[in-house]
Amino acid sequence: MDLVKRVLNGDPNCVSRLLTLVESESPQGADALDLLFPHTGKAHMIGITGPSGSGKSTLVNRLAVMIADTRESKVGIIAVDPTSPFSGGALLGDRVRMRYLAPREDIFIRSMATRGALGGLAGAIDEAVLVLDAAGYDPLLIETVGAGQSEVDIARLAHTTVVVEVPGLGDDIQAAKAGILEIADILVVNKSDRPQAQAAASALKTMLELGEEIRQGQQGMIEKMWKVPLVMTSALNGDGVADVYEAIADHRRFLLDTDGIYQQDAHRMKDLLERLIRERLFNDWQAVVHQERYAQLLDQVSHRKLSPRMALKELLGDVTI
Amino acid sequence: MEKKIRVLIVKPGLDGHDRGAKVIARALRDAGMEVIYTGLRQTPKMIVNAALQEDVDVIGLSILSGAHMTLVPRVLELLKAAGLKDRLVFVGGIIPQEDAHELKALGVLQVYGPGTSTTQVIADIHAALKAA
Repeated sequence: MDLVKRVLNGDPNCVSRLLTLVESESPQGADALDLLFPHTGKAHMIGITGPSGSGKSTLVNRLAVMIADTRESKVGIIAVDPTSPFSGGALLGDRVRMRYLAPREDIFIRSMATRGALGGLAGAIDEAVLVLDAAGYDPLLIETVGAGQSEVDIARLAHTTVVVEVPGLGDDIQAAKAGILEIADILVVNKSDRPQAQAAASALKTMLELGEEIRQGQQGMIEKMWKVPLVMTSALNGDGVADVYEAIADHRRFLLDTDGIYQQDAHRMKDLLERLIRERLFNDWQAVVHQERYAQLLDQVSHRKLSPRMALKELLGDVTI
Repeated sequence: MEKKIRVLIVKPGLDGHDRGAKVIARALRDAGMEVIYTGLRQTPKMIVNAALQEDVDVIGLSILSGAHMTLVPRVLELLKAAGLKDRLVFVGGIIPQEDAHELKALGVLQVYGPGTSTTQVIADIHAALKAA
């Protein structure tokens, strides 16, 4: 297949075209992915997440230039913004903050809309990273939608998750709640030039240390535990970005030393396969369920004669898939 | 999932008047399209690179600086060189009639002046993509 060969050779037109094909779930795209799959698994995936306006895109902009210049490797960026639940359209604006990258041929940026996915990433993100990975982009920077307390899918996808926080978003109880702080491998406090930056950093640091103590208490002293570093940056003028880059490199070394990188990949593949199974079963349910019986039962449920759970039992009680 | 229409909206050159571009971007979003907005002061090279990486179907150039006869042909030239000749290009701004004719002769799909309704632009995009 010509498209596959050209993607493997890094032809940007073909990479771009294939991304469109996998995003629109075309069979041609799926076939190409099957052939590309053995060539994937090489790129280090770095997730960048955090609230809207915290400076994710600006940080990605800085990091990408630094990485491309120092490692002389092609850098891939996927920036996700939300799809409107009303119109199905999206305004993808992450490139506005990435203008220094726009003329470069060693940095490939793709904007993706969530298209209904809820975890802070795009529906076809798993497939999209495989395409860029196969085309030789390494590392991949994956920027989530503005995220808060439940958009944590990035932690499953990325090798290294960078959470970008900013001063002034809440007290230390906000920081103690479950949410994106839990998934941070590296915690960045951006906009460090703001007056409240130091206070925010202290509150976050206390929470990180508390978390470590609790984990150690539960799991006993683990020989090698990753200690989440807190880095202060001002992404706009570039302060601290080199420290973030260094922390990412440290985390990668840690993953390689502890075999964490293979465990992560095993989890990732399990997620991917289970998702495909779920999707297939979900899409095929109408073939399994007797349509006439379904209509009858739905009518009974509507008239409060049958609970939805009882209807389910009637419909699928003896069905094995 | 059906293929979404992807549109790149850009402000080429030295021109900070981006209200029109933002109105169009928002209207196309509300019409169900995926709009990639790149912000101000884009060079033709940046525009074409973005069009290539984002695999857009349509490129909208908003120019109020008067430099359209320099910028637009350059963008078209680079699009062709990048293998993106098939992408639809439309231009919005203050464009004199005779320039508009020339730009269309060069391959610009449509030139929109002040007061154009966004519904018109949406209809034109749908029609042109259907014909393509």
